This record gives sequence, structure tokens and C-alpha cells, in this order.
Amino acid sequence: MSVTAITPDYETHIEFRDAEKNFHGNRVVYVHWEQHLSFCSAIAFPLPPAMPFGAFVEEVIKPHYSAHPDAAHVDWSKVVWMIDGEKKTPDFSKSLEDNGLHHKSLVRFWTPGFEGYKGSAS
Amino acid sequence: MSVKKLGLKQRYAHMTRGLDWETTYQPMDKVFPYDSFEGIKIKDWSAWEDPFRLTMDSYWKFQAEKERKLYAVIDAFAQNNGQTGITDGRYANVLKLFLTGISPEEYQAHRGFAFAGRHLRGVGPRVAAQMQSLDELRHIQTQIHTISHYNKYFDGIGEFPHMHDRVWYLSVPKSFFDDARSAGPFEFMIAIGFAFEYVLTNLLFVPFMSGAAYNGDMSTVTFGFSAQSDESRHMTLGIEVIKFLLEQHPDNLPIVQKWVDKWFWRGHRVLGLVAMMMDYMLPKPVMSWKEAWQIYYTEAGGALFQDLARYGLRPPKYADIATAEAEHISHQNWAIFYQYTHAAAFHTWAPDAKHMDWLSEKYPNTFDKYYRPRWEMWNQMAKEGKRFYNMALPQLCQCCQIPMGYTEPGDPTTICFRSSQYKGETYHFCSDGCKDIFDAEPEKFVQSWLPVHQIFQGNCGGATIPDVLNYYRLANGADNMDYVGSPDEKLWNEWQADKLKTAV
Repeated sequence: MSVTAITPDYETHIEFRDAEKNFHGNRVVYVHWEQHLSFCSAIAFPLPPAMPFGAFVEEVIKPHYSAHPDAAHVDWSKVVWMIDGEKKTPDFSKSLEDNGLHHKSLVRFWTPGFEGYKGSAS
Repeated sequence: MSVKKLGLKQRYAHMTRGLDWETTYQPMDKVFPYDSFEGIKIKDWSAWEDPFRLTMDSYWKFQAEKERKLYAVIDAFAQNNGQTGITDGRYANVLKLFLTGISPEEYQAHRGFAFAGRHLRGVGPRVAAQMQSLDELRHIQTQIHTISHYNKYFDGIGEFPHMHDRVWYLSVPKSFFDDARSAGPFEFMIAIGFAFEYVLTNLLFVPFMSGAAYNGDMSTVTFGFSAQSDESRHMTLGIEVIKFLLEQHPDNLPIVQKWVDKWFWRGHRVLGLVAMMMDYMLPKPVMSWKEAWQIYYTEAGGALFQDLARYGLRPPKYADIATAEAEHISHQNWAIFYQYTHAAAFHTWAPDAKHMDWLSEKYPNTFDKYYRPRWEMWNQMAKEGKRFYNMALPQLCQCCQIPMGYTEPGDPTTICFRSSQYKGETYHFCSDGCKDIFDAEPEKFVQSWLPVHQIFQGNCGGATIPDVLNYYRLANGADNMDYVGSPDEKLWNEWQADKLKTAV
């Protein structure tokens, strides 16, 4: 135990507050559109692990980034994906789980040719 | 026969040390169970020096006098309708941020110093901590009384204690103090007494109080003066506690260094709220955050750590990163609130052309390149009737609980992502500073109450924005959204129209 505590059994009282079981069958997934910092940070969603990656793109990613002027012009077949630090080519027909997404996975994506408002990464 | 009066020093000795005793019914270790588990070694408690030598009876007299003056000014401000004389209705939002984000932490500081004042074995520091505990209680009380006048006119003020425990961004200062208060008494003293009250305090109070002075808010200025002599006593306690710990035993150095590193970084993160207040919220700005950081941290803090080097203490880890971030954090933080204005208990606005020019002048290295385009894009969208909102919830840092909107050191176009694995689960951080704090005590930080995850778990009143606002007691359409179009703005414009009529 590395925490400095007066109670020697501190560890037995810990509540892992964000354990997967607390999310009613969903997993938390974070997604971030690189070079588009008008979205201030990655955004978070509770999603069923069986959701196909394609549905994740169509129903979650696209609508939430649609406010950006670049959004309508993105060619989704050219998007570069990174899942938990590794460059990957996700299979859109397979589930989030089969594409290697865990609870609290981070999905970052780059849209070549679109570097934010006037190329400012905004 | 006349009784000879005691000198100040003798009086202090009698009224503090003279009131202490060695327990006999119970061993001292059982009476003071909290002052040994942190590993701090104290050989001689009597070596504690209190340069103020303040005793409780003179403390009461002194504070009562200050209260009389303060309340006379607050009454006069109210009678003269001082609220109509502030620079702009936008200024009220600075007070909302202060009352919801800072005042409840005065109360937390009161609780924390009461704990230290009970559990430190030496009578000198115990008395000093008790007085600071009372100061902090006085501060929240006088802040509530000062700002309550604005509550008669402006939205977003009345539910501040309820909001403090629930609202997503208020979890940032709340978790900061929760962390300090759930540590031992020595860590608390270094966290709040030294790192916050000594190293960083000028970056909190000077901006708010000068901001009040520049913007016609005499009641808050007077509160600031009333707290000032307390603050200098707090600073003295902060510096005394660190010197005392470092002089008592060489084994204390690595423990103290670890706390200085941790609490500098945590304090820096909390002060990001002040940074955006200074750079974006004051209708009449005082100075930029970057300038304030230069004066109060780089110069004053630099001299302090030079002085402490003789004990082997080095400046806080990541101080260089914090200094580099002074070019960015105010812009990044205000952008967070601008896009989540629907969930903020104060109003937001985009800077106008004149204010952007001021920011360009203050931030020649960064504003025009990275942040002006963002505001220009948003202003353009607003003009077209498509005001920009972020309708998803942000990823939060497991440690500081701020949306992960800070960028990589040296690369302002890329978000800084850090993570750790602990017992099979991933935890995310906004910076190396926050990651280090988690890695040192993961058992503590896996328990963080992260507002976004709590909403997903169904613990915040429901899944929709109105549900969550209701849970926050945040009045939709009054407390939140842009200043332009708000009831606050309507009232302010009526006051201005009245003034013109009176003038005619």
C-alpha cells in the first residue's frame, strides 16, 4: 500500500468509484478529434460494448462534432485512428469490444487535410 | 499596591505554552494519535517560534475592531446602491465565481485548521492553527455578508453551498480541499499553510481584490483589507511550519519535498480559475495572469525557494511547466466555460475586438497564433445564429478533475493525454503533475467523485441537461448561458437607462 494512512487496513475500505459494473452495462469511451481544439477536450460517452464501431462513428462521433465547419467535409475513409496510444484501423462492422476498446479507452482521430479553423488547430 | 503588568513576551508564554500540560491519565500518543503516522519526526516541539505572539484575548479584540469597520462599509455600500456603480453587469460574475468556488474553501480551511489545531502535539503550532481556523470561519462569514447584497439583484448566487457539493467545475476546488483534509495534519499544514497560503496566496487574493477595486466594488475591496492582516499571519504560519519541519529532523526533507511538489501542482491547477477571471471576466482588467504569475510566482517564489535551499529543499517539480502554461491556461479555461455555458452557474461571453487586442498585447507569443482564431470562429458562428456549444460531456482528469483541455508542453495544438493502470483499470490525467500525484497514492484517487462519471452512473438527478441542472439547483435560463440576453443584463441595462433619465 503506497497511500499514507493512519488506518493499516485503508485498502479494504476503498470504493473503486468508476468500476465498469457501476455503468449499467455500458463502458465509458472517450473520443477526441485532433487539431480541432474548439472542442476543449476529449468527450465522454457511456456505450454498450456490443455497439458496432460504424454505429459509434455515425451515431455518436458525427453528431457531436457536427457544429464544427470542417465536420461536413471530412472523408471518413481517410481518417487516422489511435486507440489507447496505438495507431489502428478499426473494423466498422465489428463491435467496440472486438476493436479492442476497454472501459475508459481513449479513441483519438486525425482528419488529414483538416487542421481546424484556418489551420489554427481550433 | 498596583499589580505589575506582564510584558508581551511573558504574557504570550503564559497564555499559550502555560496553558498546556503533559497528560497523565492517558499516554500522549493516544491523545495525539494523528501526528506520527505521516513519518514526520519532531524532536523538540518547544522550538516552535511564533513571531506574531498573538494570544486569544487580543485576537478577539483585534478582529472585532476590523469587523466594525467592514460592516460599516458594507452598510454604506448597500444604502448607496453601490451595485449600480460597478463597471459593468458582467463584473457580478466574478463574485459568483468567488462565492461558489472560493468561499466554501474558506470553510474547508476552517475545518482543516481546526483539525490541525486539535491534533498537533506542540502547543505553539496548535494555538496558531486554532487562530487560523477562526480566521477562515470569519472569512467565509464576511464574504457571504458582503456578496449577499449582490444576491438581491443578480442570479447564480443564492445556492452556493449546495452547488459547491455538486456542480461539475466546483468539484475542482472541492476535491483539492477534500484531498488536503483527508491527509494527516502535517500534510495539511504544508498543503494549505505553506503551498497555498504562502507560495500561491497572492495569486488568489490580489487578483480578486484589485479586480474589485478596479471595477467599483468597494464592499469586496473592504473585505479584502479586513482579511489582509489575517493573511499575513497565515503566511507567517506557513513559512514557520516548513522551516520547523525541516529543522527538526533530516528525515523530514523527502516527505516535505514530496508534499511541496504535490501541493504546488494542485494549487496551480485550482488557480487556473483565477487566471481566466483575470484575463476574461473583469470588465476593466488589472493585469494579465501571465504578469501576475511572473511577479508572484517566478520572482517572489524564486526568492523564497532560494532561501529554503539551505535546508536542501528545491523548487517544486514542474514549476517550469506551470510557468510555460501561464501563456495558455486562461484562454483554455475560458474556452471550456464558453462551450459549456449551459452548465455554468455564471454567465459567459466571447471577448470583443478591443479585449482581444488587449490579450494580443499581453500574450504576444500565443494569443494571435492559437486563441484569437478560436474566438473569431466562435464570434462568426454566433453572428450566423449558430452559437457554439459542446453538447457532449468532457473527459476529466482523475486528479484535478478539470476537463482534459490542457495541451502538451511545447505543443499548444495537441491535448496532453497521460494515463496509468491500477488494478486492471485505466485512469486518465491532464499532465505529468497530476499523474505523479495519482501514482504516489492511487488508493486515494481511485475514489475521486468525477462529476461526468457520476452523471453516467445515474447519481445526478437524471440523464438530460435539465435533470442535472435541477440536481445542481442551477436555474436554467437565469443562472447559466451568455451574459447577453440574460436577466442580469436586462436589469443592468435598466439601471443604465435610469441613470440617463436622472441625468436629463
